Amino acid sequence: MFLAAAIAILVAMALALVRAFMGPTLYDRILSVNVFGTKTVLFIAVLGFLMGRPEFLDIALVYALINFIAIIAVLRFFEYKHADASEAKE
Amino acid sequence: MSIFIDGLSWALLILGGFICVSGAIGMHRFPDFFSRMHAASVTDTLGGSLILVGLMLQLDGEYTVLVKLILIVLFILLTSPTASHALAKAALHGGLRPKLGSNQEEQDEDVLRSFGPVKSEDTKNKE
Amino acid sequence: MKKNNSIRYIVSLIVVLSLIWLGNSGFFNGLLLSLGVVSVIFVVFMSHRLGIIDEESQPLHVSRRIVVYWLWLLKTLVKSNITVIKRIWKGPSSINPVVARIPISQKTEMGQAIYANSITLTPGTTTLDVEDDTMIVYALSNNAIRYLMTGDMDRRVSRLEE
Repeated sequence: MFLAAAIAILVAMALALVRAFMGPTLYDRILSVNVFGTKTVLFIAVLGFLMGRPEFLDIALVYALINFIAIIAVLRFFEYKHADASEAKE
Repeated sequence: MSIFIDGLSWALLILGGFICVSGAIGMHRFPDFFSRMHAASVTDTLGGSLILVGLMLQLDGEYTVLVKLILIVLFILLTSPTASHALAKAALHGGLRPKLGSNQEEQDEDVLRSFGPVKSEDTKNKE
Repeated sequence: MKKNNSIRYIVSLIVVLSLIWLGNSGFFNGLLLSLGVVSVIFVVFMSHRLGIIDEESQPLHVSRRIVVYWLWLLKTLVKSNITVIKRIWKGPSSINPVVARIPISQKTEMGQAIYANSITLTPGTTTLDVEDDTMIVYALSNNAIRYLMTGDMDRRVSRLEE
């Protein structure tokens, strides 16, 4: 049953990755990366149970923290980049 | 009793996986960024929590694992709305506008003007 | 008075950090416990230097009703998730996005943050921006906006502030 959940998460990750490559706008891509990161956390957790090694949860926890901070940092970067570009034009 | 807990855990894992896949499919079926954001990052919260709760039911007495799972659930529940709000706000300030539906009588036309001009290069990229 | 308060927040931070350490480590030998003590002291020292030990990072004044509110929010979360998933499987024709202004009655910033995050957490609605006393909300359909206009959630959050 862990395998079923792992496969479901993998399918969702693959779909998110496709959206990240297609994604017409920049924000679609960031959104897909965010979704991909959350799914990775879940996948690591399920994989730990699947292989009988609950220590994987430590990695999942750290990944959850890094994922959130990375998304916020990337969004900040692009927000300021846009602001700079519009200032330079005026 | 243990069969009952096992069954519940099964059901939660399958349901969580189904919700995750639905969210990912929603990312491909919905027409614009804002509705996709709904489909994806918001079903994440419920799907992810269900899977993790399903894992919690599989434990046999190791409390550190339980604590870690609870921490992950709490973290997902707390950060997911923050991240999607930051995304929506950044997209609006970046000049992206939601495609609105047909029933205009209930919405403010001016609401979206307060976010500054629409960036043409961003909207041109849209499907 | 001021000093008293800050000691309260420091103690609460130490308790939270120690619980996290104990919960994640699971070892109770001398070396690892002393390493934990060192980490907790280091983090508290750094937070003190940064000046982030205050009522914002340690919301001790939130009333106990927040547990009841969380349970109610969980119920709403499940209910509205089901509607969003139904819409996903029905396809894009089933959504009808709307942007609207919603009045907010919370006085404190914390109350506003709780309300805005609750709206984002329940699928079907996302807070786009908070202005002085209104909030700009994007919703997949009119039903969600109508529900928010009734002010049910607003009242529940306001009750937490007392």
